[in-house]
Amino acid sequence: MSPVLDIAQAGVRFGTGPAAVKDVSLRVAQGEIFGLVGESGSGKSTIANAVMGLLPATARLDGSIRLNGEELVGLSESALRVRRGDEMAMIFQDASASLDPTWSVGDQIAETIRAHRPVSRAEARARAIALMGEVGIADAARRYRDVPHRFSGGMRQRIVIAAALANHPKLLIADEPTTALDVTIQAQILELIDRLRRDHGTTVLLITHDLGVVGQVCDRVGVMYRGELLEVATTEDLFTRPAHPYTRALLAANPAGAVRGSRLPVIPQEWSTESLDAANAARDRRAAHG
Amino acid sequence: MAELLQVTGLCKSYPAAGPWFRRRRAVAVDDVSLSVARGRTLGLVGESGSGKSTLGRCILGLTRPERGSVLFDGTEVQDLSGKARSEFRRRVQPVFQDPWGSLDPRWPVGRSVREALDCFGIGTPRDRAARVRDLFDRVGLDPALAHRRPDTLSGGQRQRVAIAAALASEPDLIIADEPVSALDMSVQAQILNLFMDLQSDLGVAAIFITHDLGVVEHVSDAVAVMYRGRLVETGDTDQVMGAPRHDYTRTLLAAIPRPRHLA
Repeated sequence: MSPVLDIAQAGVRFGTGPAAVKDVSLRVAQGEIFGLVGESGSGKSTIANAVMGLLPATARLDGSIRLNGEELVGLSESALRVRRGDEMAMIFQDASASLDPTWSVGDQIAETIRAHRPVSRAEARARAIALMGEVGIADAARRYRDVPHRFSGGMRQRIVIAAALANHPKLLIADEPTTALDVTIQAQILELIDRLRRDHGTTVLLITHDLGVVGQVCDRVGVMYRGELLEVATTEDLFTRPAHPYTRALLAANPAGAVRGSRLPVIPQEWSTESLDAANAARDRRAAHG
Repeated sequence: MAELLQVTGLCKSYPAAGPWFRRRRAVAVDDVSLSVARGRTLGLVGESGSGKSTLGRCILGLTRPERGSVLFDGTEVQDLSGKARSEFRRRVQPVFQDPWGSLDPRWPVGRSVREALDCFGIGTPRDRAARVRDLFDRVGLDPALAHRRPDTLSGGQRQRVAIAAALASEPDLIIADEPVSALDMSVQAQILNLFMDLQSDLGVAAIFITHDLGVVEHVSDAVAVMYRGRLVETGDTDQVMGAPRHDYTRTLLAAIPRPRHLA
């Protein structure tokens, strides 16, 4: 079966800087939850933004990104706009940033539907209420009129998920969707994403720094480091037979699995994000001082 | 032996939103008692809004509790003034999640560490420069970085500087509020190792405030679990993590994302 998302030799460069993403190829099958894991600066979010066509104007994107066989690289902004929120949708770490604080959450979901479908207000409203119920908002009809700040962080993330799924996208990209949430709420949101995938066959690209999250919901995982995709494996293989030394180091550095009080194995200097971070800071400073 | 820190019946509430005629108070810390022995590490765990940071601030003397007592080395912290208060500040040092908040962005980081020495009159002015170098060594930083400003360091390096500044006053207790939450896994492991070294080499006691049970389990001798302002469970780390007694602790442990295949 042809993949829903097919990225081939994608590269991204911002301005004249070094490549943020280098020669990344991956395929995500229908109904699969594919995890993209990496530390800060690894390029995982850049890939997500490249797929959504959300890269800034200074970015240069090479290679090919196909959604259900259709090439997205080179599409015009207006063509991408039609596909965003319809064929593909994205949710972010901070749900409140995706919501208008002055507007009722129900209307925001309904608007997403009406932007892409010729339906009446009443129909869109009914559909929004059904979606709110589906993502687990109790008493959805009554809460339709509430503005975002009347909801908790976890509930806001549910509303954003409802809006993202409003038009049954083929691909849902979730960029650190549970990072800002408490663990108990995180567990509920991960369960929700997994259930929506089972019920609707939605394909999910889940971007996270958290290997625990990957292990819990993903079918396959890609490990990113400094713009390169080092390894793609099934989740089980990744945890039991990690192929790349960086993956092994990352798994070992997790305190949750280590013997208490033992020294955690430190990721070798050449793999540590710290040297990268400091190098970037030094470069930025040189740039600032001209 | 008396405990280094003994908190008893601590309460703190804040005014909640609402019209003035029926304004309630939101209880942040509700009748919390706990203790920390010399050289031991207590992990204080809870989700957002559980009151763990407010409790930390009450212990540091940054927030005044409404009821209850905080005894540090046998003396009530709230009654301290003058010299005794300054001595308390020297002996109990905070480390926060965001080192940006504790480092002056215009100063070379070495000066931020040096200031702690000056402030508490540690050593002679003459040998303080050498002490700053030792502190940088201690936290695993190249002393040459002392001349850099915070914005040219990485997140992990900045957190090391903040720890060096906290250690400068030779404290007996460090209260670390989410010290590794903003760091990448690879850097987090290094900072956790550093905390464990400090504990074994210097015998500094610590309260490690965090939402991350993996971190708590790794570094703490004892764990205290907070939920909605109350301390719902305390005990040795092995007991709390291995055989939790309270429902909420069990919920929290069950919610940790784990690979399905290894469960």
